[in-house]
Amino acid sequence: MDSNSVLEVIGVSKEFGGIKALDDVTFALRAGEVHGLVGENGAGKSTLIKVLTGVYQPDGGELRQLGEPVAFGTPVQAQAAGISTIYQEVNLVPLLTIAGNVFLGREPRTRFGLIDRPRMNAMAADLLAGYGITGDVRRPLGSLGVGAQQMVALARAVSVDARVVIMDEPTSSLEPREVETLLAVIGRLKAQGIAVVYVSHRMDELYRICDRVTVLRDGKLVHTGDLAGLDRIELVSLMLGRDISDIRAHGATSFGEDSHAEKEPLLRAENLSSPHRLSEVSVTIRPGEVVGLAGLLGSGRSETARAIIGALPLSGGTVLLGGKPVRAGNIASAMRAGISMLAEDRKADGIIPNLSVRENIVLAALPRLSRFGVVSRSKQDKIVDTFVKRLRIKASSPDQKVAELSGGNQQKVLLARWLCMEPRILLLDEPTRGIDVGAKAEVQALIDELAADGLGVLLISSEMEELIDGADRVVVLREGAVVGELAGDQVTEGNVLAAIAAVGERNSDD
Amino acid sequence: MTAPTSLVPPTDSAPEMAARTRRELMAGVLQRQGAAIVLVVMVAIAWLSYPHFGTADNLRELALQSSFLAVIALGMTFVIISGGIDLSVGSVYALGGVLAAYGSQWGFVVALLLPLAVCGLIGLINGLLVAKTGMAPFIVTLASLLFARGLLLAITQEGATTYKIAPDSDFLALGRGTFLGLGIPVYVALILCVAGSVLLKQTRFGQSVFATGGAESSALLMGLPVARTKVSVYTMSGLLAGFAGAMTAAYLQSGVTVIGIGLELDAISVVVIGGTLLVGGAGTILGTVIGVLLRNVIQNIINQIGTLDSNFQSVVSGAFLLVVVVIQRFLARARK
Amino acid sequence: MTSTDTGTRSSRARKSGWLQAYGVYLAVVVLLAFNLLFTANFLSGANFRTQLLQAAPVCIVALGMALVIGTEGVDLSVGAVMALSAALIPLYLGYGVFLSILMALAAGLVAGLFNGFLVAYIGIQPIVATLALLVGGRGLALVIAEGRLVEVRNPEFLALGNDDLFGIPVSVLVAAVLSVVVGLLVRRTTFGRRLVAIGGNRSASTLAGLPVKPVLLGVYALCGVFAAVAGVLATARLGASDPADTGMLMELSAITAVVVGGTPLTGGRVRVLGTVMGAVLMQLVHATLIKHDLPDSTAQMVQAAIIVVAVYAARERSSR
Repeated sequence: MDSNSVLEVIGVSKEFGGIKALDDVTFALRAGEVHGLVGENGAGKSTLIKVLTGVYQPDGGELRQLGEPVAFGTPVQAQAAGISTIYQEVNLVPLLTIAGNVFLGREPRTRFGLIDRPRMNAMAADLLAGYGITGDVRRPLGSLGVGAQQMVALARAVSVDARVVIMDEPTSSLEPREVETLLAVIGRLKAQGIAVVYVSHRMDELYRICDRVTVLRDGKLVHTGDLAGLDRIELVSLMLGRDISDIRAHGATSFGEDSHAEKEPLLRAENLSSPHRLSEVSVTIRPGEVVGLAGLLGSGRSETARAIIGALPLSGGTVLLGGKPVRAGNIASAMRAGISMLAEDRKADGIIPNLSVRENIVLAALPRLSRFGVVSRSKQDKIVDTFVKRLRIKASSPDQKVAELSGGNQQKVLLARWLCMEPRILLLDEPTRGIDVGAKAEVQALIDELAADGLGVLLISSEMEELIDGADRVVVLREGAVVGELAGDQVTEGNVLAAIAAVGERNSDD
Repeated sequence: MTAPTSLVPPTDSAPEMAARTRRELMAGVLQRQGAAIVLVVMVAIAWLSYPHFGTADNLRELALQSSFLAVIALGMTFVIISGGIDLSVGSVYALGGVLAAYGSQWGFVVALLLPLAVCGLIGLINGLLVAKTGMAPFIVTLASLLFARGLLLAITQEGATTYKIAPDSDFLALGRGTFLGLGIPVYVALILCVAGSVLLKQTRFGQSVFATGGAESSALLMGLPVARTKVSVYTMSGLLAGFAGAMTAAYLQSGVTVIGIGLELDAISVVVIGGTLLVGGAGTILGTVIGVLLRNVIQNIINQIGTLDSNFQSVVSGAFLLVVVVIQRFLARARK
Repeated sequence: MTSTDTGTRSSRARKSGWLQAYGVYLAVVVLLAFNLLFTANFLSGANFRTQLLQAAPVCIVALGMALVIGTEGVDLSVGAVMALSAALIPLYLGYGVFLSILMALAAGLVAGLFNGFLVAYIGIQPIVATLALLVGGRGLALVIAEGRLVEVRNPEFLALGNDDLFGIPVSVLVAAVLSVVVGLLVRRTTFGRRLVAIGGNRSASTLAGLPVKPVLLGVYALCGVFAAVAGVLATARLGASDPADTGMLMELSAITAVVVGGTPLTGGRVRVLGTVMGAVLMQLVHATLIKHDLPDSTAQMVQAAIIVVAVYAARERSSR
């Protein structure tokens, strides 16, 4: 075992309902290092963190602190052991004061057992000054911007005598200036011998501050070691499970012109703006075209799709379908005009879990299937049959509860829902996320089919190869704005990554 | 190097979130001040229009009548700030009164401890059910409401028996005694409210209550004893309601079985009108006290007018509650 | 996050799910059997008639409540609405039975629209929104009635509460008809399917283009109307308009009937037959206790316990 290690994970596994979220993961964290933890969505990062912080208990394997086996039954125990966490979403209490939040649960007290506010405020102000935060600590936390709140969360996390600080996507809602501050603070933590676990998908940051990196994929550990000798392409390939030569070869063989360039655009979204989310985003989709939206988390891809379907209030911009304007901010209008959207999170925004497959499919199309408000059984059954067959939805019967289906079949049910509407434009947000390989291939084939039928498709996917393979054109977003557009043989992984990272043209052999 | 992140909200950094919290707090402050202003106005109007209003007798009576509801509303304030609601306080209050009257035959101590024990137990059960099983507070406390009322009927032969407190019992002092011209209940209520305010604002427990109501998931992640906090506030609510009932029994010299119906709604109304956010996370005891006074001043005015239906009181309460809740909603509007 | 699909529910979850859904039928059968064996005169036609008559108002209110609960909401004001409708009846009886009933129903409609507006368009939590009417509604009713109990003598009107139509008491008939109507509404109409979807997953329904706000408005409006119907029937049965007492604690009985009948408080599912059975069950419980000389107090405590057990059993299922 690593004699320098302050925290070790040995052979840890965790299962949920038969699916291994973590499979025999082993890695060590050293004092004073910044250890990157990377992986795609579903790789097991969150689960690992929850095991480290006592939210989950591992099914197999063990944790060791300074060589001694430990077990954290609750978050409080992990905290007591010196493991602190800051999350992507600031998990503090906005209505309490800043000082109150820093010391929540451990407020300094007077002789009589009452909270010593003056001392607490002074201590908080002192502490936060060390993080470059000044001002009145008696203000409510929520009156600060997200970046400052994140700093307060960090100050709190460190002030509990932490020896390990875990940061889960800490910069996802920060302004660049705030990111700099955060990275500087991390540097100071290092100097104090505190170990930092840095979970992020932002390559720039990882390469700036991490000493070592651990890569997870599908619950398994695929790499752990120094970051210095690993170039970005290699790191990405480890994350995606793609052979480097694959990526490079792919980049080289994407020929073909933009065969749709001649046609009149079907959808024109122009200058879509929403404060802090979108900044003058424009996208056009031609009939039969698949337009990919690339970018990191928080770049505004989902927001763009939501804006087009009317689910996002806009401060500016228009959407035109077939030349005719679509009423902004009104989902029903957008749907009537012929736009349909498959949401990113099918559990939260897609399926109605306790309703049947049949009911989920016809949900949006109800008005077309009923007369005087009464639903026509026969029409309903016909449409459901058609789509179950066409999409090969595997369910014991159309009456089965949709919550019981596998992810892939749930996704197909949702696709059926939208296809019922006979859309002209289909917005797909992560259509193959969290579904098995077979269903994935089916969905991808379906997308091609729909495009061939003349539908315009907007494809959002975090899986680079899916985007590269499936899209005719790729629009790259960063921080809510369009930073590039690639078409035809320009559509390569390298170019997309480069556009996202805004580091100029890159060759695939770095 | 890096520029310090000042706490003055940067103009380009999520002002929405900043505005939202400011608005939520403004909602509380505005309401409390709003309630206080309305109170002052009402008192002024009443003082000028109804000569009887400003008399020492009337004011004394007003204070006395307010003290019972104040004690109940004190407990309700804690529950609401923690994000919950307690619909059982009316029945528990009545039960407390009956138990006090019943227990008075064995002296002051029993008269006081019996209602506290039973009502505290009911509160404890409420808290345990809410905290440990995740059942919705409104349904748990609605069931307690029924249960407490049933229990009351059971111990009074289906409401037929009204236990009387012996005229020479020293328990009566709790309700009927006076000190420097003001009734004892007024002092008791004041002391409890001050203690409650200190508890809420100056202790770790109080911070827990705010955190539980304001951001429960965060509170859990921060390792706060959320379950224990919830159990505590409901137990407190039960204890205070029972105690208020005991005081009332002392005041009325008997355990009246038909009181307290709908009282929980009055308690909720005064707490909300006083500036506590019904969704939890923010509130003050002072605001609740202002709410109680406002309500009773209005009732007093209605009485002074004489010709208005006394049922008007609840209509006014309902209307007030409505206005306040809508304002709270509008002020907290900008959520993502 | 790895997808944690519920491929197969554990057998324990399945069992408790069954209990929640069908437990009420089992309980009714058990109680009926118990009464048939141990309660004198249970099997008489007169007794059945009385039981059904007493269960009818709760059943009607519970039907409306079930719709609201199906959208993950609740309506605490139903008792107050009953009082309001009771208060209005004597005021308009002079102009005819039909008009007075119409006004009572209109009051229920207005109350429901009011609640629905607060919930759907202002975005206030249902408990809070309906609390206002709960607090002020009965008072308003008492103000309208000038605090008095008013005897109702109109024979046509009284017939509603006491007479039979085709051999069945009118209120029972009304309850039966409304049960069928609500059942059809929930299963066969777009409104019904939408309301269930909205309760099941609000954000998914919004993204599916469903008119969420109008549906919610309609649901609360219906609940208000149903409460008013119950108020009319209760007044007819009592022979007097009694706003002080009519519908007191009805919200509790209605919620109990709905929950016991298998409709989850978390919404997404409306069990109409279960709700009816729930009302019948609560009535049977009450009657059983009374007929065995157990006092009202015990009945209330038993009811409280039943609510807790039913809701507890229900919530176990939705742990994900």
